[in-house]
Amino acid sequence: MSLLQLADVSVSIGQVALLDRISLSVGKGEILGLVGESGSGKSLTALAAMGLLPLIGGRITGGAVAFDGQDMAAMTEVQRRSLRGRRIGFVSQNPMTALDPVTRIGAQIDVVSRLHLGLTRAQARARTVDLLTQLRIPEAATVAEAWPHQLSGGMKQRIVIAMALAGDPDLIIADEPTTALDVTVQAQIIQILGALVRERGLALLLITHDMGVVAQLCDRVAVLYAGRLAEEGPTAPIFAAPGHPYTRALIGCIPTEGMAKGALQGIPGTVPGALAFPSGCRFHPRCPQAQALCRAEAPQGNPACHFPGGADV
Amino acid sequence: MSDLLSVTGLTKRFQSGGGLFQRPRAMMAVREVSFTLARGEVLGVVGESGCGKSTLARLVLRLIEPTGGELRFDGTDLRALSPAALRKMRQRMAMVFQDPYSSLDPRFTLAQILAEPFAVQGQTPPDPGAMLETVGLPATMAQSHPHQLSGGQRQRVGIARALALSPDLVVLDEPTASLDVSIQAQIVALLTRLRQDRGLTYLFISHDLGLVRYFCDRVLVMYLGAVVEVLPRADAPPRHPYTAALQASAFVPDPAQRRTLAALTGEIPSPFDLPPGCAFAGRCPRASDLCRTRRPALDQGPHPVACFHPLKD
Repeated sequence: MSLLQLADVSVSIGQVALLDRISLSVGKGEILGLVGESGSGKSLTALAAMGLLPLIGGRITGGAVAFDGQDMAAMTEVQRRSLRGRRIGFVSQNPMTALDPVTRIGAQIDVVSRLHLGLTRAQARARTVDLLTQLRIPEAATVAEAWPHQLSGGMKQRIVIAMALAGDPDLIIADEPTTALDVTVQAQIIQILGALVRERGLALLLITHDMGVVAQLCDRVAVLYAGRLAEEGPTAPIFAAPGHPYTRALIGCIPTEGMAKGALQGIPGTVPGALAFPSGCRFHPRCPQAQALCRAEAPQGNPACHFPGGADV
Repeated sequence: MSDLLSVTGLTKRFQSGGGLFQRPRAMMAVREVSFTLARGEVLGVVGESGCGKSTLARLVLRLIEPTGGELRFDGTDLRALSPAALRKMRQRMAMVFQDPYSSLDPRFTLAQILAEPFAVQGQTPPDPGAMLETVGLPATMAQSHPHQLSGGQRQRVGIARALALSPDLVVLDEPTASLDVSIQAQIVALLTRLRQDRGLTYLFISHDLGLVRYFCDRVLVMYLGAVVEVLPRADAPPRHPYTAALQASAFVPDPAQRRTLAALTGEIPSPFDLPPGCAFAGRCPRASDLCRTRRPALDQGPHPVACFHPLKD
């Protein structure tokens, strides 16, 4: 049974429609990868899932977000606030800015469990040290007394993950948690996130632009393009036979062992802005196989493509 | 092919701190690095944050002064040049910076940004539109400001500026690190095309071994300021355990090839306080007592490696 479910969610800021009927779900013990380029609407989807759209002046114009079977829209703001941090943990993209530079590491983590679990200072600190140890941070008690500037990027990202875990959540939403990090550190963080899901039965919504990360970690993948879902499903079949040309293009962007020189071309052009979404299929200006039909009519279904699998036309 | 650039024993020592009650601390950012770069070649430099690869890039262009070593560009000793002669020589070498957001002046139009290299050399700038077109941007953008551009477009402007004076050598310092994978692939395709059209020589700095192997002819692997391995061909199997670990950290975009990532545990030691032996010994699965007491030197074979227990070739 799914813990987080978005059903046909549309989002606007002012008069501008940004997300168009996004449906996805994450269950316990499951990792869903939400992929797409910058500007696809990935982070906006995460904000919608947490009920944080009012922060940026956005609102849900259609569809519903349900957490553990309860409609988020029907809750009061106080109820929603008690979910965030407690049952929904959040890991942000940039660990350099996610931590308060003038507060010691330990205090920043303690506050989560004191607020949400009602622990005393001493209990909270014990829990913090325990969490840091689980995240394979050596000498956790010492690190808890350190300042953010004393830690490396990879260590800081683990601190941010510890903050997300401190309220003992059921769901973690991680927005590009490894983008700002070195490859070796990326691998460590991905390993840690995977282990957390398996050991604790967490649900993880992982936002990324890197199909390599999805392939290595995620059970399911949802591909987002210009505010619409291009394709959604279990990871292995989508990588074996991507239905949407955008999915195929994203996979083809990663240089792999033995790839011929010149084979890497990228996706021409950029993601259109919300004020200039193209007609029909929004990917058609960048699509190598676009036809007249693609310009005229928006494709429905999954994959959302008139010619899925690159069928000859 | 003649060598365009020859670097021998290049060293940079930084000092920090020091005051009334503190002795200054010194670190070797780059330690005894030697290599040659043939005309038309693409040499990759790969390593984690803090390994000295960006310092090396700046040393090669003499943007910062080396502490020791020799630097020859097309037969001329760069370190012996007067400031005026160096400026003249700089026409022939250029750099593309990592962050296209901070490397373009926000108050300049693209035309002004592209005219600056000519102003520095006392030349009349040509039509900026043509320069934009060589990097795949429309000529009509010349009067735009950087804030109107996406990250990928900005990096194209950075490349156009580097190519303005038709240099022989271009140093690329992680030109795609802050971009989406789809845009990264576009930029790499552009760099490949420009190299073919203009016979450029590249020194390509990156933390992504997969990308470096795709793009470069030879690869230097750096760890904490020193070169630990030189891959004679991009597809050569790694001999140093560190290179092997970098390779194992890559996210292969194929769920059928899931593997245990994070071959590396532990943190990079502080460059101010290096262990006496091999700098990698603390994280190395093959380390012996010898590694912890003596520092291995780079051997001089066809596939140089600085390791007492290298992997089989």
